[in-house]
Parts: sequence; C-alpha cells; structure tokens
Amino acid sequence: MSLTLWLLPLLASSVLSIEMTFELQEHEVQCFHETLPKDKKITLEYQVISGGHFDIDCHMLSPNSENLYKQQRKQYDTFHHKTTEAGEYTFCFSNEFSTFAHKTVYFDLDIGEDDMLPPGEDNGDGAHATALTQLESSAYAIHEALRLVVDYQNHHRLKERIGREVAEYLCTRVQNWSIGQTVLIIFVAFGQVFMLRKLFDKPAARMGGKVGI
Amino acid sequence: GINAEYGKQWYQRRVRGVLNYYTNYYYKSNLSSTRMPTMYQWFYLLLLCPAFSALYFHMWETDVKCFVEEVPDETMISGKYKVEVYEEKTEQFIAKAGVGMHVDIKDPEKKTILSKYYTNEGQFVFTTHTPGEHYICLSPNSTRWFTGGNRLRVHLNIDVGEHANDYKQIQAKEKLSELQLRVRQLLEQVEQITKEQNYQRTREERFRFTSETTNNRVLWWAVAQTSILIVVGAWQMRHLKGFFEAKKLV
Repeated sequence: MSLTLWLLPLLASSVLSIEMTFELQEHEVQCFHETLPKDKKITLEYQVISGGHFDIDCHMLSPNSENLYKQQRKQYDTFHHKTTEAGEYTFCFSNEFSTFAHKTVYFDLDIGEDDMLPPGEDNGDGAHATALTQLESSAYAIHEALRLVVDYQNHHRLKERIGREVAEYLCTRVQNWSIGQTVLIIFVAFGQVFMLRKLFDKPAARMGGKVGI
Repeated sequence: GINAEYGKQWYQRRVRGVLNYYTNYYYKSNLSSTRMPTMYQWFYLLLLCPAFSALYFHMWETDVKCFVEEVPDETMISGKYKVEVYEEKTEQFIAKAGVGMHVDIKDPEKKTILSKYYTNEGQFVFTTHTPGEHYICLSPNSTRWFTGGNRLRVHLNIDVGEHANDYKQIQAKEKLSELQLRVRQLLEQVEQITKEQNYQRTREERFRFTSETTNNRVLWWAVAQTSILIVVGAWQMRHLKGFFEAKKLV
C-alpha cells in the first residue's frame, strides 16, 4: 500500500518535457502541435542556436485559435501558461523574414507541475495519511534536484554552442580574408607597375619620330 | 555500460506523463485507501490509454525534416514516430500502411550510422560512439519527383540518455523493489550528467583551440602582409627607378 502511495507524488509532480532541436530553412514556418489537458502549467522555452542574426518569430495558439503568445525576432524567450481548456495547442516558429539564413532552433516544452499535493501532507481524512519515509522523500528530492541540474546543463550547452560557432566562423573568416588581402596586395603592386609602364610606352612610341633623339 | 543492456522502449517518460494524467483523475475523484489501485492496475491503465500522443507536426511527402541531438558518447538515443496521411474525402489524417519513413542518422563526422526504411509506425534506437551533434533526418518514401504531394502528420518522440531506458523491463529482469528502481534511475541520471560534464570539458577545449588558432592567424597574417607590403613597395621603387632611367626621363 505504502508503495503505491509513494509512487503517486512521484507521478504527481513529475514534469513531462519535450525538447527538440530542428533546422529551419529561410522563408519557412515550422509548427508543432500537442494535445494538452486542462489546468496544466506549461512552459515553452526556445533558443536560436545557429544562423544569421540568431533571431526567430514565435507564436502559440490555443485550441480556439486564440493567440496566447506572439513575439518577433527573438533570440531566446520563455513563456509560461496555464491551460484553460483541453485540446490541441499549436506553436510555430517562423523564419520568413530571413532571405538566406537557415537557422537551427531549440525548443523545450515542459508540461506539468500541477498543484497536486502529495498524500500525507494536506489531507482531510486520515485514511491514507501514510507519510512518506525519509528515504522515499529524499530520493524524490534528489530526483527533482537532478532534473534541475540537467536543465542548467542544457542551457549551458546551448550558450557554449553559440559562442563556439561564432568563434569558428571568425577563425575561418580571418583566414579567408587574409589570403584574399595578400593576393590583392601582390596583384595591385604588379598591376600598378604594369599600368605605369604602359602609360609611358605608347607616347614614347608615338613620339619616336618627332623627338628624334 | 549499463545503458547498452536495456531495451528499446521509451516508457519512462511516457509512463510518468500518462500516469500523471490519470493520477489527476483518480485523486480528484476522492479515492479512499480501499479503492487505491495497485501497481498492476496502473499498468492496465496504460493499455487503455492512447498508444501515442506525442508532439506532432505536418510535412509534405517530398520534404525532409532534420533534428539535431548534441550528446556525449556512449549515450542511447531512441526515437519513435507515427505517420498519418491526410485524406481529402474524410478531411482527416489516417494511418496508411504504404506510407513509410526513411530514417537517416548521421554522426558528428557526417558518417551515416543508420539508414533504414520503416513502415508508418516505427522506432529506432542507437548508441552514439562519438560525442557531438547527431542529425536525425526523416523523409517519407515518396515516388514523386516534384515538390508537394500528400500532406502528412508525423508524431515524433525522441528520447536521449536515461530517458530512453525501459524501467519496467529493468525491474522485471533484475527483480527490483520500487525504492531500488528509483535509486537505479537516480544512478543513471547522475551518470548521464557526468558524461555531459565530461563532454562539456572537451567542447571547451575545442573552443579554446579555435580561439588560439584565430589569435595566431591574426598575428602571423598581419606580420606577413606588412612584410609583403614593404618588399613589394621596395621592389616597385627599384623597378620604376630603373625603368625611368632607361627611358632617360630622370
């Protein structure tokens, strides 16, 4: 009996998390749909991790096509909402404003954190007021803490990825431009001399007969 | 490691999510201790619940959709999808046996590690051997040459690391109690965190290497370009001086 009671708080406060990283081409809109029940706290978090100016449009619609959230050209944002009706929720990412930058977008939809208390805490009847043992509640607390750790790790990973991509892009850009500049210097140097010589050659040929030296 | 043993199911997250939903229902209907469902009844509930209610999106028959997963090495990634085709007559999405998906998975070195055709409902599992970004691309097996075609609805769920474990199977195989199973799950979670931290270390090394390379490049190219400028300038002066003297202009 106590085992199943113990299982309940684990299930009750567990958060279902859907996270995905996908590629979005230019002028493209990508929509995701999820069926959600009523009275659920959901959190949508997204971040652009590569491409162009690292910005994207995002909007979220309720089952009644009501606009819950709409932001344009954001690099990172979090949106909390408590669902007022059950049904199909849609959230879309749009790269339509971009002409040639395809982007990689990461999003994380957290469903859960319902306000249900674990049994044994705030119960009217004492029939199933079996308190969780220390061990069980510790295990649960550790689980929740680790979930937070994973969350922070993920954020760190994304930020590091963005920084690293910029650094690598800078590295190749420096190389390419330097090679280009060197070639240009040499080309211009020889070109200048050549043009100058050409300027003096023709008149000398023309004047050849007149000067008579 | 431990990950390699376990099966293909992705129950852990699904179980929690679905049982969470049903827990709401049971708890709010004022359940007394005598009517509390046992563990077996929870699993029967699982059978009753919809088989697959994950995130879904739409795509055309000729499209290719790619997802990226940046993971450390020796990590299990499990993906499950379901494809439905839009039928214009009924204006609904229905599952057709003929419409399948080609799943193409590339490792960070752009080498293909999985390339298979699946039917309209499929599942793929693989363990990464190199840390980095893995590309999971889904493309419907279409015979069309032009863009467009039928509109498809794809339900997709990708689980990474310890979320890809089948804890029900582990419990049955190793005969663990609830607490032991929970501890096992915590151990796996911690192992995953450790792997990620280690991977983070290698990424920062790469970042540092890139920054140092840029620094070196900027320095040496600046030196090289300055010396080329000086050399070329000197050559120009010498050459033109000789040229003008030959032309008897100086």
